[in-house]
Amino acid sequence: MNAAGFPLLSLLTFLPLVGSAVILSIRGEEAVVARNARWTALWTSLIVFLLSLILWARFDTSSAAFQFEEKLAWLPEFGVGYHMGVDGISVLFVLLSTALTPLCILASWESVTARVREYMVAFLVLETMMVGMFCALDFIVFYIFFEAVLIPMFLIIGVWGGARRVYAAFKFFLYTLLGSVLMLLAILYLWYTAGTTDVPALFELQIPRSAQAWIFFAFLASFAVKVPMWPVHTWLPDAHVEAPTAGSVILAGVLLKMGAYGFLRFTLPLLPEASAEFAPLIFALSVVAVVYTSLVALAQEDMKKLIAYSSVAHMGIVTIGIFTFNQQGLSGALFTMLAHGVVSGALFLCVGVLYDRVHSREILRYGGVAKIMPAYALVFMLFTMASVGLPGLANFVGEFLVIVGAWRVNPWVAFGAALGMILGAAYMLYLYRRVAFGRITRDDLRALLDLSPREYAVFAPLIALTLWMGIYPQPFLSFFEASVAALVARHEAALNLSRLAGM
Amino acid sequence: MFVGAIFFPLLGACLSGFLGRWLGDKLAQWATVICMALAAVCGSLAFAHVAMDSQPATVPLLTWMDVGGLEISWALRYDTLSVVMVAMVTFISTLIHLYSVGYMSHDATPTRFFAYLSLFTFMMLMLVTADNLAQLFFGWEGVGLASYLLIGYWYDRESANRAAMKAFIVNRVGDVFFMLGLALTFFTFGSIEFDTIFPAVAQHANDRFAGLPAIELIGVLLFLGACGKSAQLGLHTWLPDAMEGPTPVSALIHAATMVTAGVFLMARMSPLMEYAPVALAIVTVVGASTALFAATIGCVQNDIKRIIAYSTCSQLGYMFFAAGVGAYQVSVFHLFTHAFFKALLFLGAGSVIHAMSDEQDIRKMGGIWTKIPVTYVVMWIGNLALAGIPFFAGYYSKDAILEAAYAAHSGVGAYAWVCGMLAAFLTAFYSWRLLILTFHGKPRADHHTMEHVHESPAVMLIPLLLLAVGAVLTGAVFAPFFVGEHAHEFWNGAIFNGEHNHILHAMHEVPEWVPLAPTVMGIAGIALAYVMYMAAPGLPTRLAQMFSARPQLVRRLPLIPAEGEEQQTEPNPGGLYGFLLKKWYFDELYDFLFVRPARRLAERFWKVGDARIIDGMPNGVASLAAAGARGAVRIQTGRVANYAFAMIIGLVLFVTLFLIGR
Repeated sequence: MNAAGFPLLSLLTFLPLVGSAVILSIRGEEAVVARNARWTALWTSLIVFLLSLILWARFDTSSAAFQFEEKLAWLPEFGVGYHMGVDGISVLFVLLSTALTPLCILASWESVTARVREYMVAFLVLETMMVGMFCALDFIVFYIFFEAVLIPMFLIIGVWGGARRVYAAFKFFLYTLLGSVLMLLAILYLWYTAGTTDVPALFELQIPRSAQAWIFFAFLASFAVKVPMWPVHTWLPDAHVEAPTAGSVILAGVLLKMGAYGFLRFTLPLLPEASAEFAPLIFALSVVAVVYTSLVALAQEDMKKLIAYSSVAHMGIVTIGIFTFNQQGLSGALFTMLAHGVVSGALFLCVGVLYDRVHSREILRYGGVAKIMPAYALVFMLFTMASVGLPGLANFVGEFLVIVGAWRVNPWVAFGAALGMILGAAYMLYLYRRVAFGRITRDDLRALLDLSPREYAVFAPLIALTLWMGIYPQPFLSFFEASVAALVARHEAALNLSRLAGM
Repeated sequence: MFVGAIFFPLLGACLSGFLGRWLGDKLAQWATVICMALAAVCGSLAFAHVAMDSQPATVPLLTWMDVGGLEISWALRYDTLSVVMVAMVTFISTLIHLYSVGYMSHDATPTRFFAYLSLFTFMMLMLVTADNLAQLFFGWEGVGLASYLLIGYWYDRESANRAAMKAFIVNRVGDVFFMLGLALTFFTFGSIEFDTIFPAVAQHANDRFAGLPAIELIGVLLFLGACGKSAQLGLHTWLPDAMEGPTPVSALIHAATMVTAGVFLMARMSPLMEYAPVALAIVTVVGASTALFAATIGCVQNDIKRIIAYSTCSQLGYMFFAAGVGAYQVSVFHLFTHAFFKALLFLGAGSVIHAMSDEQDIRKMGGIWTKIPVTYVVMWIGNLALAGIPFFAGYYSKDAILEAAYAAHSGVGAYAWVCGMLAAFLTAFYSWRLLILTFHGKPRADHHTMEHVHESPAVMLIPLLLLAVGAVLTGAVFAPFFVGEHAHEFWNGAIFNGEHNHILHAMHEVPEWVPLAPTVMGIAGIALAYVMYMAAPGLPTRLAQMFSARPQLVRRLPLIPAEGEEQQTEPNPGGLYGFLLKKWYFDELYDFLFVRPARRLAERFWKVGDARIIDGMPNGVASLAAAGARGAVRIQTGRVANYAFAMIIGLVLFVTLFLIGR
């Protein structure tokens, strides 16, 4: 049936739900419940992560086909089935989700004290939805997971968030839902014409050119909000600022990848002509995103908001890479997504470390932290530099490949992406300078403690990943290679076909 | 041996950086020094093996990326060019590590300093041994990072933080062009490995990209990248500010090694640059202009380190225009000798600063030469070498550069020669101005400082003496190899000269007065400095006043020391003197053109673009919906009479419509 010998992907997807059911069944005093909930959530997510390592070991990187496939007839009369499977594009995102979840649970170990049980349940449900979304190979199943992700995230922001959490949660929810409604219409159209929502089957479909444009914009409405692309990005800074640290990590690490993943999974293969036709639009929006949001980041006074804006800029690089339609650009986009997941997640954790101690995200509140927390300063510097795109650290590989890929399409786009290098350095170093450097002006900062063993445990895997992805990225890149090559080949074939038809 | 030369510094950095707390300051420092010394031994052995025995080698390490035909690996490429750099970097870095043991002895966190210093050395070595452009870029950015960390080493000083950020960001501007050059190289050649690119240049010579010759464009882009790192005109503004770092850093990074990376890049890419005559012409003009421009500023600065910094900038200009006229070998030779005497000058300056209780303003020095005789002598040697006085190191390399510029017989060559000659004069002038003001005349420091003036400890003097030996001998010993009769065997194809390029030959056949002229200029410069600062000490102030718009603001020597004043806050006397004192107003210009508009734009985008326009729409819709709902709520009053009234009106309307419709 598949390489694992048992329905691995379904297990990965639904095991967290089992864990959350266990947590919900815990009864007793509040402190006991909280402790048990924490440990249950941690063990569940760790087991899921260990299981997901089977994917790393057994995935055949030489094949572009979907692997670990599972099929169940769900609604056969409607052509809707439960179909799971991963290829080179999605497999690493499954791993990213399963790897970040235990870290997030560990990161909220002490900072979340109210309604611990519900919090842990929300996180495990969130993991189910994320993994399911990356594994789904049926459009309806995908849509369900894609939308369902919103619910636990909405709760995490709305219940455990900061002062303006309700505003942020509603903004987040409404923004992303609005786009999705249009996508649902597009899915209905596809189902209507093809009679099925099975993704590999849809890939065979030839969609007429006029329809492609409509579907493209319907998809764009949904995915662009999720990415987020300029100018529909403003929900992100608010959501990040109000979300608890772990929520920000998942939001930046995984949820932002959903839009880009949607482009790669659906827009490019299903709508080759429309994608090619509207690529300049995407480029324009992306370059604006890179320059505009980088400048906005420069002016921020809130640490989380600054990093949130930097995420938008980085995702601009990703969308540029996706629409270059060549191997370097696409691999670079995928790699940037992974690297950004690790690095910006880690940056939010860095902010969280300070927030847990001082309870302020205001940049000017700090200064001279490097003197009291040298280990923390080193970790923060490492991720700052990774975010800036220093060669040898994770982000560089992706940005470099995107710029090389973009140059082949249009050197000005490459230039626009490269401008992000300067501005990125400016805002990140400015942030670091104001937080870590300078003289200590506030007495309460003098009493801060350096990283605790638990925090070391959270950061260590991220540091290792950042260095590994920077110095020896080939194992990661080899996962994409076959699938990206197939994607590029199919894209070119489709364009040639339509060109022939047009002649 | 090959691997050891590169990775010993990294080992040292890790030892000091991560284990420093357990090893203790002393042990960690000496661990890095020993690691560096081992690297220097390996480097020298490699030099003997590769350059002297002509046995180039490449050591592959690991695949970095392999994406759809773009293959990049980590590898150590050892040919003559890289091994010259490896030997020079490891040797000088070892001396500077040793010197720092003494210089940083009063510092609170020396392990951090030594970790950074060793990390820098590792990155520099990765840069010079790269066998592809991406690895070179890795080293390129790595040295930038180390430089950033070291400039901002004393991070509780606001000025140091500002300077560090400026250095990183200005460098980044250059890096963008480097990156684009890299992308274009891949686009043109389908590879960024040197071994693949270089043989293919000839067959791509006529490729065009967007209507421009591709090779030229690559050349220009890479040169712009080099401009950032090597502080050439336009992107030089970070270098003088970088003097905020501890002095050993200035010596190692901002004089001997990192800033020469751009020159190295030009030499490394010589097989490509040879097919890009326009790019080379640009290199020549920019280099020559920088040489002269920086020298003019050097003449009026008062901070001992800033003077030497501008001097570095100027000397880098020399190296660039040497490369620009096709004499890459000469340019690398100057790079090599310059590393010795400029490191010597910086370390000597450090020794002076150390003696003067951290005073850097040469107007507040003077009269200390008897108290620190060793420093005094080595500063003399360094300046003699810098001014190109015969038989010191600079004489061989600088003369060779000027001869090459003369022998180029082109318009840009002539321009470079003129600029170079003028700069040679100014170089000698500001060097002796520095010497005289620092060491001679009446003491201008307060007696408290003067009492503390003392010679540095042996751990600082030994590196100075070794560098002084280098500043005397490297020219004479290595000239035959780098540019003389053994040049061909020595370089062994590591640097490529096109078939039309006979510059190495032609530079030996210039008229007899040409090799003599720089020396004459140098001596004239020294003489002028002597007249102005020894014989007639009132002259400089009078001259400065003559060329100022507001002469009353020019301050006389000796200075009346005021409490807590800084050079930045000094009043600007305007006119030509003010123009030079304010460094041609580059900082002000950039502030006006880029920094302030960026800030304003950032504020505008955030407050207006995001908050008002983009957020305004959904918030507006939301409040519209809310207002509508509130209106709807008002209708529900709960009074039966109101509902009945509404029903009757509705009924009437319906009936009317029904009747009309019928």
